[in-house]
Amino acid sequence: MKSKYIILIAFFSLLFAASAFAGEDTLNSGDTAWMIVATALVMMMTPAGLAMFYGGMSRYKNHLNTYAMIFVSYCLASIIWVVYGYTLAFGPDKGGMIGGLDNLLLNGITTGSLSGTIPTFVFVLFQMTFAGITVALVLGSVVDRMKFSSWVVFTVLWITFIYCPVAHWVWGGGWMGSMGALDFAGGNVVHINAGVAGLVLSLFLGKRIGYGRESMFPSSVSLTALGAALLWFGWFGFNAGSQLAADGVAASAFLVTNTSAAMGALSWMFAEWIVSKKPTVLGIASGVVAGLVAITPAAGFVNLQASLIIGLVAGVFGFYSVTILKHKLGYDDSLDAFGVHGMCGIWGALATGLFASPAITEGARGLFYGNPGQLWVQFVSVIATIVFSAIGTVIVVLITKFITGGLRVEKEIEIEGLDNSIHGERAFEID
Amino acid sequence: MKKIEAIIKPFKLDDVKEALNEIGIQGMTITEVKGYGRQKGHKEIYRGAEYVVDFIPKIKIEIVLAADMVDKTVTTIQEAANTGKLGDGKIFVTPVESAVRVRTGEKGKDAI
Repeated sequence: MKSKYIILIAFFSLLFAASAFAGEDTLNSGDTAWMIVATALVMMMTPAGLAMFYGGMSRYKNHLNTYAMIFVSYCLASIIWVVYGYTLAFGPDKGGMIGGLDNLLLNGITTGSLSGTIPTFVFVLFQMTFAGITVALVLGSVVDRMKFSSWVVFTVLWITFIYCPVAHWVWGGGWMGSMGALDFAGGNVVHINAGVAGLVLSLFLGKRIGYGRESMFPSSVSLTALGAALLWFGWFGFNAGSQLAADGVAASAFLVTNTSAAMGALSWMFAEWIVSKKPTVLGIASGVVAGLVAITPAAGFVNLQASLIIGLVAGVFGFYSVTILKHKLGYDDSLDAFGVHGMCGIWGALATGLFASPAITEGARGLFYGNPGQLWVQFVSVIATIVFSAIGTVIVVLITKFITGGLRVEKEIEIEGLDNSIHGERAFEID
Repeated sequence: MKKIEAIIKPFKLDDVKEALNEIGIQGMTITEVKGYGRQKGHKEIYRGAEYVVDFIPKIKIEIVLAADMVDKTVTTIQEAANTGKLGDGKIFVTPVESAVRVRTGEKGKDAI
């Protein structure tokens, strides 16, 4: 008899322990382990994935400069984030606009602090990698001609005054999140924001010397393709990690992320094959990124069928933006940060309003599931992000221009190449 | 003495070299060069931006030899480098005033 009681007691205490672990403010080691890995995956997207993706597309004489700018923006973001960026974005909400300064230098956060089921330190780092990649994405519009000093100042100002507020609006308890805008992993915060900022910065800088007349060959399409592959790999952490837990929604986000990337690549490739007669490697790699960008805001809300459509449209839309629309409008968005991230980010944000299914995440319901209001909310959030990013970036650019005495390198330096004139190095030894 | 300069398609270099060896030509100098003639360049498209590649890689062969060998050599090169398509190249023959072998100081025909 006695032993039976002991077993029963043991059984109930186990049940109790299990239910306690499922509670809101208890650390879950599975979630924590996944989020540490996811954070490392997203980190890799910037100094490895994006650096190769952009570096390979820039000209041979500016290849290293592209790497240098991406590395330095990731490093600056890392420091800014832990000093004051995190608290601006995720500190106690002030009127829906910005976070308070309570967590300066991560003040008040200890090894015991939790964000949901994971240590707050992990959450801080995960969000830091997002700040890092967002500002680095802007670079795609302006390689080959911007002063290094201007880029450094721009990065600091842009993270502070543009990235942190928008991250707060959407994820930090600000007005956009309260309004019900759905942005799972950063369609607004990361891609539209960076794409619009890139367009503004490229308009201020002006076209590269010889744009439209001279041949501007990518230094290495194979490096760009490898960069796209690393971005794709890291994006699993970006999207599936944005669930902040190792659960079924994270798994679904993983599934739709890969599906949309593959569809984006295929549809870009076929569009190019039909229109320009050749299925280029650069096109396939760009299509991967277009598909990934578009699924980002939708990843935790849409099902597999929706991801097939989102990726398909993203590939064609991205191809149209960079090969036709850009040349019609005549701006020099060197590596198409706006064309791919801005345009496909907008498509993804709107698609979330169409396809969000309550079967994936409860309460997230799009037009096709009987909630047309969601599409309107998504539309408002997109317009607000575009307007804020555009106006904010104009101000940031003007301040940067004032501090560094102009944004653009001397004509001689631009022609000689930034690698040698600025860094005193060269990327390739091919003589 | 004459100098033959032949500009040929790079992939034809081995064929030309072997054919020249067979008729007893002892040496040659080659250079990787770029240029265009009737073949013109080709186009490459990167994200919709069309770039024309004007100058196409070619190989230039230089051979200096006795005047009586010229006709046979030119014919050999012409036949070995021929594909029948645009861009097969050109052969030029020019007179050479003198030649010196660096090692021995021999001059003229003895030097080549």
